Amino acid sequence: MTFHAFEGWWWHFLFIFVAGAIATDSWRFLGVAFGERIPEKSEALVLVRCIATALVAAVIGNLIVFPSGTLAELPLGLRLAAAAAGFGTFLAGGHMLLGIAVAEAMLAIGMMLV
Amino acid sequence: MASRSRDLAERAIAAVMADQIRSIARTRTWYFRGLRAAFSLPALILASAHVGFAGLAKEFGFSLAETMFMIGFVWALPANVVLVGAVASGATLWGAAFAVALSSVRLMPMVVSLIPELRAKQTRKWVLYLLSHCVAVTSWVIAMERIRKVPLDMRTAYYAGLGPTLVIVNTLLTGMVYVLVERLPPSIMAGLLFLTPIYFLISLWGSARERAGKVAMVLGVGLGPAFHVVVPQFDLLAAGLSGGFGAFLFHLFHKARQRQAA
Repeated sequence: MTFHAFEGWWWHFLFIFVAGAIATDSWRFLGVAFGERIPEKSEALVLVRCIATALVAAVIGNLIVFPSGTLAELPLGLRLAAAAAGFGTFLAGGHMLLGIAVAEAMLAIGMMLV
Repeated sequence: MASRSRDLAERAIAAVMADQIRSIARTRTWYFRGLRAAFSLPALILASAHVGFAGLAKEFGFSLAETMFMIGFVWALPANVVLVGAVASGATLWGAAFAVALSSVRLMPMVVSLIPELRAKQTRKWVLYLLSHCVAVTSWVIAMERIRKVPLDMRTAYYAGLGPTLVIVNTLLTGMVYVLVERLPPSIMAGLLFLTPIYFLISLWGSARERAGKVAMVLGVGLGPAFHVVVPQFDLLAAGLSGGFGAFLFHLFHKARQRQAA
C-alpha cells in the first residue's frame, strides 16, 4: 500500500491524512489529554528528541546527497560546499537568515561557474 | 412604582450588555494582538521554509491540492518533509505513518507544556483540542515567549489569533509558490529546493537542547544517505532509529562520565 498503490484521487488524500495528519495530531491530542507536565529532563524525552532529530536529519542528508529535479543536475560537491558554507556561517555566530543567504549565494555562484 | 422597577430592570440589562460588549471588545483586541504576532521574525523564517517546501512537494509529484492539504492538516514542517521523503522512497502507508509519528512525538511534550499557560478556569476542553492542532515549533516558540504577558482569561483568544493565522497564511503561501514555480527558471528553482535542507540543517542544530541532539543530527545526516543506498525503502526509519539510539547512548555515557568527574 504505497502512495501510488491506487488510481483514485482520494487515495493520495487518505494516505496524507492517515500517515500525515493522524500520525501528527494524535500526539497533540494526547498532549491535551495528559495535561500535566512531563518533566522536561526525563530520559525518555531525550531519547524521543534524539530519534526525531535523527529522522529529520536523515531526510535532510538525502535531500542534499540524493536530491531530485534541478538540484540533482548540480554536482554533489557544490551542494555539499553550499550547505557547509551556510551551516558554518550560522555556527560562527551568524543569524539563521544569514546562514541561509550564504548557502543560497554559494549555490548561485557555483551554478554560474559550472 | 411599576415604572420605577421597569426602569431599574432596563438599567440592569443595559449594564449587562455594556459589560458583554466590553468583554467582546477585549477578546477581539487580544485576538488581533495574537494575529499580529503571526507576522514576526520567526514567522518570516517559517514562511521562507514553506516557500522551499512548495518546490519540494511539486518536484516529488504532489499536486497543488495535495500539497496545501499537507500543510493545513499535518501542520508540522518536519513531519511533512519526512512524509515527502517516505513517499519518495516508496514506503507503504504504515511505514510512512510510523516514520511521521516518530518525527512528531515531540509535539506531545510541547503541547503539554503549553496547555497550562493557555488554560484559564473557564476554558473548555474542546477549545484546547482545536487549538492544539496549531502547535508546531514556530507558534510554540512565539507563544511560550509572549503568552505570559497576556491576561490569563485572554490567552486562548491570543493563541486563536496566532496559531490558525500561521496555518492559513502558510497554506495559502505554499499554494501560491507552487503555482508560480512553473514559471521559474531552473536556477531559481534549484535555489528554492535548496531552502528546505539548509533551513533544517540550521534550525535542528539551533533547537537541540542537549549535546545529544547535535550528535543525533550529525548521525542522521550521514546515515540517511548511507541507508538510502543499502535499504532504500526503510532508509528513514533505519537512520532515525539507529542515529537516535546512538545519540542517546552518547548521552548516557556522557552523563555517567560527568557524574564520575563530580
